[in-house]
Amino acid sequence: MSRRPFDPRLLRRVPATRRQFGALGALGIAAGVVVIAQATALATLLAAAADGRLDRPALAAFVAAVAARAGVVWGQGVVAARAAATVKAALRTELLGSVGARGPAWVAGQRAGEIATLAGRGLDALDAYFTGYLPQLVLSVTVPVAVLARLTFADWSSALIVAVTLPLIPIFGALLGWQAQAATERQWRRLSMLGGHFLDMVAGLPTLRAFGRVRAQVEVVRRMADGHRVATMRTLRIAFLSGLALELVATLSVALVAVPVGLRLLSGGLTLQTALLVLLLAPEAYLPLRAAGAKFHASMEGLTALNQSFALIGDPSARPSATASVPAGEIRLERVTVEYERGVALRDVSLVIRPGERVALIGPSGAGKSTLLGLVLGFVTPTSGRVLVGGVDLATADLDGWRRQIAWVPQRAHLFASSLADNIRLGAPGATDEQVRIALKAAALDEVVDALPDGLDTVLGERGHGLSSGQRQRLALARAFLRDAPILLLDEPTARLDAASEAAVLAATRKLVAGRTALLVAHRPALLAEADRVIRVEGGRVTADSPVGAPA
Amino acid sequence: MSPERRVLRLARPYLGRLLLAGVLAAGTELAGLALMATATWLLITAAGQPPVAALTVAIVSVRALAIGRGVLRYTERLAGHDAVLRIITEVRARAFATLAGRREQARSGDALSRLVSDVDAVQDLLLRVLVPGAAASAVGVLALAGATAISLPAALALAGGLLVAGVALPAAATALTRRTADRVAPLRAALAADAIDLTHGAADLAAFGATGTALDAASGRARELAALERRLAAAGWAVDAAGVLIAGATSAAVVAAALSASVDGVLVGVLAVGTLAAVEASLALVTAARQHTELRTGLRRVADLLDPPPLEDRSGDTPTALRDVTVRYRPGGPPALDGVSLELPPGHRIGIVGPSGAGKSTLLRVLAESAAPSAVGGLLADAHVFHATVRENLALGRAGATDDDLAAACATAGLLDWVREQPDGWDTVVGEDGGQLSGGQRQRLALARAVLLDPAVLVLDEPTEGLDPSAADRVLAAVVASARATVVLVTHRLRGLADFDHVVVLDNGRVVQQGRHAELVEAPGWYRDQWLAQETAERGYLSAA
Repeated sequence: MSRRPFDPRLLRRVPATRRQFGALGALGIAAGVVVIAQATALATLLAAAADGRLDRPALAAFVAAVAARAGVVWGQGVVAARAAATVKAALRTELLGSVGARGPAWVAGQRAGEIATLAGRGLDALDAYFTGYLPQLVLSVTVPVAVLARLTFADWSSALIVAVTLPLIPIFGALLGWQAQAATERQWRRLSMLGGHFLDMVAGLPTLRAFGRVRAQVEVVRRMADGHRVATMRTLRIAFLSGLALELVATLSVALVAVPVGLRLLSGGLTLQTALLVLLLAPEAYLPLRAAGAKFHASMEGLTALNQSFALIGDPSARPSATASVPAGEIRLERVTVEYERGVALRDVSLVIRPGERVALIGPSGAGKSTLLGLVLGFVTPTSGRVLVGGVDLATADLDGWRRQIAWVPQRAHLFASSLADNIRLGAPGATDEQVRIALKAAALDEVVDALPDGLDTVLGERGHGLSSGQRQRLALARAFLRDAPILLLDEPTARLDAASEAAVLAATRKLVAGRTALLVAHRPALLAEADRVIRVEGGRVTADSPVGAPA
Repeated sequence: MSPERRVLRLARPYLGRLLLAGVLAAGTELAGLALMATATWLLITAAGQPPVAALTVAIVSVRALAIGRGVLRYTERLAGHDAVLRIITEVRARAFATLAGRREQARSGDALSRLVSDVDAVQDLLLRVLVPGAAASAVGVLALAGATAISLPAALALAGGLLVAGVALPAAATALTRRTADRVAPLRAALAADAIDLTHGAADLAAFGATGTALDAASGRARELAALERRLAAAGWAVDAAGVLIAGATSAAVVAAALSASVDGVLVGVLAVGTLAAVEASLALVTAARQHTELRTGLRRVADLLDPPPLEDRSGDTPTALRDVTVRYRPGGPPALDGVSLELPPGHRIGIVGPSGAGKSTLLRVLAESAAPSAVGGLLADAHVFHATVRENLALGRAGATDDDLAAACATAGLLDWVREQPDGWDTVVGEDGGQLSGGQRQRLALARAVLLDPAVLVLDEPTEGLDPSAADRVLAAVVASARATVVLVTHRLRGLADFDHVVVLDNGRVVQQGRHAELVEAPGWYRDQWLAQETAERGYLSAA
């Protein structure tokens, strides 16, 4: 697999980097000039020194050239690091923004993990690409050109040899590099499986202990790691071979240049100063090409992250903004069919939920109950059919405005990495502590919060405090209480709760349902008592729809 | 003892190989230095137009050095990687054995992958810090010795340059890298948490109209991180620029010093290019210092895993009772079990029930760890399914089980039909932690493994979690009926306990009720409340549906 060393989409997608790439190019040209200046000054200095003279102007020029080279190195590093920072910040914002623009249904499942990893630490792999590889790539163009120009001026026959041998580096690099890369990739799958095994073994330690297999398994781990070593060494013998070949090509090329120079020097056909200049400059022509090749592999991870990001962000103008405001009114599904990649979730479902009605959805798991809630929330778009609220099609509606009328209690509420109070304020950021307290009490979560050392300030979520399933469920109820919206969508958890939490959740739910339009996914019969109407969903169809209390 | 020393102690059997890698690395650098110096000597001497014979040795040396450098580098890299991978094998085995000896709860996926990258930190310590660092130091010392042989003033100038490049700059790089890490790491962690909230919490945010706010906060943090990275880059790259400057300036100083000491003109050239090469080689110490700083936290964590405690042998005797067991997860914390006793008459069926967090799983774990798996074992909480075949997963229960044994156990657990449907049958790979299986199949696999173990006391922690109620009752009945000996079952479903010999109700780490099912439903308390709630629920559900 060959890959382009530079992705032109970067310029289009992150326009702020154009200036930085321009600066990198200019610094690359400066680097070429400085390399020549340094070698010229050093050759002059040493030629004079061979006669026992100190050539002060040459010494000064050499030191000045070295200082300039240091400046160029600094400049390149800083500009590249700035470009990396700019690109990462822009891509992070775009990646996370695309989640907001496309909605929760798009991000659900595996994609969520992928985006979270990319936007989190994945994009940091771009640092190696920007600060390691990209400046070298620029140098591998500017420095050889500058060296060739200077050599042509000083000694054209040497320049000719360099010009002829220089392409050997990329040619050999491509041939050997590809060879090594194919071998490496084959091995890599095997190796990561071995690495994965170690992880698997550690993850399963409690189980191994329970079956008395730890002692035997220590030996297995040792054997596996040793297998890893043997396989890795086999790959490395080939991978390092390409490095050796490139080094020999460069060295032999320099020798090709140096031998005639030496002979001409012996016969008096060349000045020492020119000969030294050729000796000092020739290796500089080959070096950046080799360095860029060597760093390409290290920067692959960054390029992969970049590719993945662009693929995920996709076309930024995916969803046309819809703005029709949604009046209060009945929720009507008209012949709605929803198809996912893995199958049909709902087939030709029509139903009407009138304001103030409390409807329970029952049926086996996977029947399409959660999809129904997703349709009403506007998370799921019908494959065919329409969802109307008060006569307005949700496909054209201002969804944020519509959702302001809804309080949603999901099966498993997400715990955000912030304080418990902020987690409850999710739908009502302006709520006072007092209002939060009332919501907590209504959701029967107040005792739990009081038992936490930091109370409402307890940090939840990633690296924070976890909650049990029952507590999490009550937190979602507290959110809904605080939201105080006219419509309630409740997806009951299937997770088992102990008796005390179940009773608390049920009591809180009863209070929440009172006086609202409610659509309740009910796995537990106890909740059915709260409904006026029960809809049974099976295999994506509504198979029964009857008022509660009617003879079954 | 420092983490580095602890790692190196482990590396002792491989010290010869490591040393070889170091010598080869130094040889590579020296060959490069000698190549440039000899070539310069050759040109300057040739300019004096001596007879060709005077140059023969130098010409041969240049050729040998040119090819030798490449070959040396190749062998050095192979030798280094071979030595390091051998040491890594030892580190992995020891880390595994240490973790095996610790009785800790299962870890999160994130903590596990960190563990694996910590082990890789050892690799980087040896390969990118120790070997190149040692080689660079050796080259510096030898170059200094060579320069001293030619001219003392030039050697002094070189010594100054080497000190800056090999000591001062690495120290500066260490300080800067440490500062960068201290300031960048918290921001990166916060950003990672933001990313998780915005993706895994996308539905919650959208439903409550909070996506915009969260997005603003996250992109604000991304910009803050970018600004910090830009500022820190200026200081970080100044060290690299200083390295370039020092190499050139030292070379210039050496030329001036050598000329004023009237050193032979040919040797001045040799000193000049030799100095450039020597100082550039010692700059490898700057890279090594950066690497070392980045590795330190990982190394510290892995160093704690290198001294595995001896694995104790558990008694093979069948326990007949637990007496007055108290367990605390943290010293001084609330007890998870508080003076619990449990009789285990042979052949009895014993149920353990109670609200979540009562200590049921802890009790089973204590019981399971009191004796060898052949005596007490089965299905504990958080049972892991390995990324291997069905057969290999089952073999944990009974090594060398025949296909008939496997089939019998799977039939009991209700997995046999599924296995028969698979094209690969017993050799079906189940995926990472059973990811290719449904929740129910995964649970049945773990259950079949427990059945195969066939211990004297079979412990089962929520064996039918993830199965629908009717399948749960059926499978549980089959497993209990097939067990030849004592069964201790933790469950939240009270149905199925009617025939049990004894039921223990735990709450808050204490036994609050015990007796037979029939007695417990008569007495007021948690058991009766829960029984009534569950029965009403099932009946109500049936009538409503």
